[in-house]
Amino acid sequence: MLKKVVFVLILGFLLGGICATSFAQKTVTVLGVWGGEERDAFLKTLEPFEAATGIKVEFTGTRDLPAVLTTRVAAGNPPDISVLPNPGQMQELAKIGVLVEVGKFLDVGKLGKEYAETWINLGSFKGKLYAIFLSADLKSLVWYSPETFADAGYAVPTSWDELIALSDKIANQGKSPWSIGLESGAASGWPGTDWIEDIMLRITSPEVYDKWVNHEIPWTDAVIKRAWQLFGDIVRNEKYVYGGVATALTANFGEAPNLLFTTPPRAYMHKQATFIKSFILRYNPELVPGKDFSFFPFPSIDAKYGTPALGAADMFAMFNDTPEARALMRYLVTAGAQEIWVAQLGKLSANRRVNPNAYPDDLTRKAADILSTAPTFRFDASDLMPAAVGSGSFWTGILDYVGGEDLDSVLRRIEATAVEAYKG
Amino acid sequence: MTERMNKVLSRGLLHTFIIFIAILWLVPTIGILITSFRPAQDVASSGWWTVVGNIFNQTQFTLRNYRIVLSRLGIGRAFLNSFTITIPSTIIPLAIALFAAYALAWMRFFARTYIFMIMIALLVVPLQMTFIPILRIFNRSNLAGTFPGIWLAHSGYGLPLAVYMLYNFVSGLPKEIFDSASIDGASTFHIFLRIVLPLSVPIIASLIIFQFLWVWNDLLVALIYLGGTPDVAPITVQISSLVGSYGQDWELLTAAVFISIVPSLLIFFGLQRYFVRGILAGSIKG
Amino acid sequence: MQTKKTTPWLYLAPALLVLGFFLVYPSIHTFYLSFFDRGSVRWVGLENYLHAFTNLVMLTAFGNNALWVAVFTTATVFLGLILAVLFDRVKYEIIVKSIIFMHMAISFVSASVIWKFVYAFRPAGASQIGILNAALELFHLPPVPWLIERPWINNLCLIAVGVWVWTGFCMVVLSASYKSIPKQFLEAARVDGAGEWIIFRKVIFPLLMPTVTVLATTMVIFVLKVFDIVYVMTNGNFGTEVIANRMYKEMFQFRNFGRSSAIAVVLLLFVLPMMLLNLRRFKKEGM
Repeated sequence: MLKKVVFVLILGFLLGGICATSFAQKTVTVLGVWGGEERDAFLKTLEPFEAATGIKVEFTGTRDLPAVLTTRVAAGNPPDISVLPNPGQMQELAKIGVLVEVGKFLDVGKLGKEYAETWINLGSFKGKLYAIFLSADLKSLVWYSPETFADAGYAVPTSWDELIALSDKIANQGKSPWSIGLESGAASGWPGTDWIEDIMLRITSPEVYDKWVNHEIPWTDAVIKRAWQLFGDIVRNEKYVYGGVATALTANFGEAPNLLFTTPPRAYMHKQATFIKSFILRYNPELVPGKDFSFFPFPSIDAKYGTPALGAADMFAMFNDTPEARALMRYLVTAGAQEIWVAQLGKLSANRRVNPNAYPDDLTRKAADILSTAPTFRFDASDLMPAAVGSGSFWTGILDYVGGEDLDSVLRRIEATAVEAYKG
Repeated sequence: MTERMNKVLSRGLLHTFIIFIAILWLVPTIGILITSFRPAQDVASSGWWTVVGNIFNQTQFTLRNYRIVLSRLGIGRAFLNSFTITIPSTIIPLAIALFAAYALAWMRFFARTYIFMIMIALLVVPLQMTFIPILRIFNRSNLAGTFPGIWLAHSGYGLPLAVYMLYNFVSGLPKEIFDSASIDGASTFHIFLRIVLPLSVPIIASLIIFQFLWVWNDLLVALIYLGGTPDVAPITVQISSLVGSYGQDWELLTAAVFISIVPSLLIFFGLQRYFVRGILAGSIKG
Repeated sequence: MQTKKTTPWLYLAPALLVLGFFLVYPSIHTFYLSFFDRGSVRWVGLENYLHAFTNLVMLTAFGNNALWVAVFTTATVFLGLILAVLFDRVKYEIIVKSIIFMHMAISFVSASVIWKFVYAFRPAGASQIGILNAALELFHLPPVPWLIERPWINNLCLIAVGVWVWTGFCMVVLSASYKSIPKQFLEAARVDGAGEWIIFRKVIFPLLMPTVTVLATTMVIFVLKVFDIVYVMTNGNFGTEVIANRMYKEMFQFRNFGRSSAIAVVLLLFVLPMMLLNLRRFKKEGM
């Protein structure tokens, strides 16, 4: 009897499995990295599209995107549309010819009006548009608590010297000025790369920054070395960083800002991108953005280079040229779609037409304003470099340097991987 | 008198040791069980054991994690998909492996040694290296995104271990039973069905558990060969989509652990009775 | 056993077909790719192998894999054996067995979440949220940043996670085989007045030896390709890199198919000693 039941069950599973393959329907498959609230926000963004066109979007969100995308592209079975981890990867994929040129069917003239030239260039390979941007994050921010600052009589620093003076002042009172967290699972080290990039933009020209990105100057160059030293002056200074180096290396980047909101505060400043707002609110739901926490721009170092904006973005590229995929790409670049998306999260839109009222609060509006009006904007360098450097030796280099290794040997090692990686 | 004292003492030591080991193994899990009922902000600021001190303070517990996991997962469909993937992916490779192990252990034929060597070598092949060539063929034969495709894939990945362990078990069976059965004129298939299969029950049970867990917990193979659409996505894929791109909401994983672990434990308890003493001894004598 | 010439092949055919397709063919493909550049276009000869054997990170990985093989294998098999034998003597066997075993049923991502709460580090003075550091605090010892304390502590901490997960498997298999030892053997020895330790050494252990060898082989091979624990907990940072994680990075992060393939082939070389060990046994049984 039991045997029969088992047999029928197995047979049922076999048949069910074979029949369950989905029936032909107008669908578009999308691969992304978003989960949880981000996933809900994206699905919500898609609702008007699905309702208007009758096309069903099959979205898969996974943090294993690099593995899944690499495999499916190499095996000739890519999703119709995929989020790409960074522009560096877009370049590589465009080079091997697996991306569909979106400039073919998108109204490039109209895009030129809605997006700054930087964004169009970042999505292009050899003058052809391959990728579009859904949203962006502004990185050049230092988070603090206006109330604590007021109570302690600290002024928001507007230059590097003032920043260091303030750090010294706090440290001399026996407190820790900074909270730094570099741990991020398999991506540990990236928060440190943002520091280096922001400092680079403030001690040298954007042109030299671009040369650094394209490896036209070596990692051992004096200006790069200076950027690391300035970062080291803060992160390796046990008096500056709460818990010292050991805490900086082991603290999760998402939990690091919490130290600003304990009573009494354990630290006073935290450098991080706009998205950290959602982390702050998650751990401290009672805080009010703008009142209990806010940010000031990462201050200028060399006055002549000002305070440029460093950013990163979520980008989409298309792998299969179907009418449904084209329709979705056309939809995602619109201000309307992005207004839904940014309203849900702390993210910013790269589209100029997006109504500022779409942002959930003044703080986010302020960040969006900085992003769109900054005289100099540069994309996150580590995202533009070949992965072996940008998400390889650069990340580990940060951890090794913070861990106490000699700067010259760290830079030499990154340089060695860069020489190979840029070869092609 | 002293002998009895000794006995009591050694029993006491035995129990102490066993309970100590059990607690040692359980502590991390208890920690996560408690954590799964705590709000995220508490988790980041104080250790989980602090709730033990004032266990009756209800405000420090929340069902939020479980509520979100259960509502977001589409849990019924995900469980069904997981079973649809796991059951055939457990049975097929074990059946195939049993036949192969029997032949390797009790038949003499050309290249037998080489085949055995290759089986062991294949244990070390990293799965990640097989994805691209296999998926390429799956594409052409329309197996990508289908359940039969992933059944076959898991069968392939699970086979070397199953063959290896079954071979070792089957080859250790006493030679006499095979000889006497042969003399009685039983066919090889008859011997396989009537003798090898029943005698191998304990090892088959361990392998079922192992393969079941392996497939049940698999995330990457499912993502690659099946994709992540709700129609086919197993529970692991759905769970991984609870976590944000920066790793936020990981505390939902703490609840998900205890939801997804249930079937595996049921399988373990269900097969427990095949581990009892004497199955082998009894049947040899008889 | 007397069989027709074709009979063995009938029994083997399904296994050979499936293995050939899912493992042998991709392995040959990998071997082939290992001689090409990152995009599998240009022939580069042994360049990828040169990298695999000389690169500094790879050398660390070899060392760490050796440590994993030695510590992890010994710990899982030995503990599994002891627990299988001891648990058999108590009435609540099924409960304790389940407790040890159930961690096999936790996926590695979840396991990493669990262990983060064991190894979590906060500076001295702050309230610890990791149980290990809380225990140190209890004895007024300074907290230890477990996962960055190279080279021994962090590697051993990672290995401990593996042991926690896999001991259950070894215990279940050994227990199945222990229970298949006819009870008369043990009782006969006891009647002869042998102590429990002697019985374990002279009766139980020899009888379990084949299973121990099989498990040790399996564990060594598994641990050679250990990846997930390292990937989720440290990603090979702070001197904890292992070979398979390097392969994964080269393949999926850096998309260097040549290098990742060469590393995979190198893994295959390391399994040779295990094959020879098993072959000796295999030949003996074949007599």
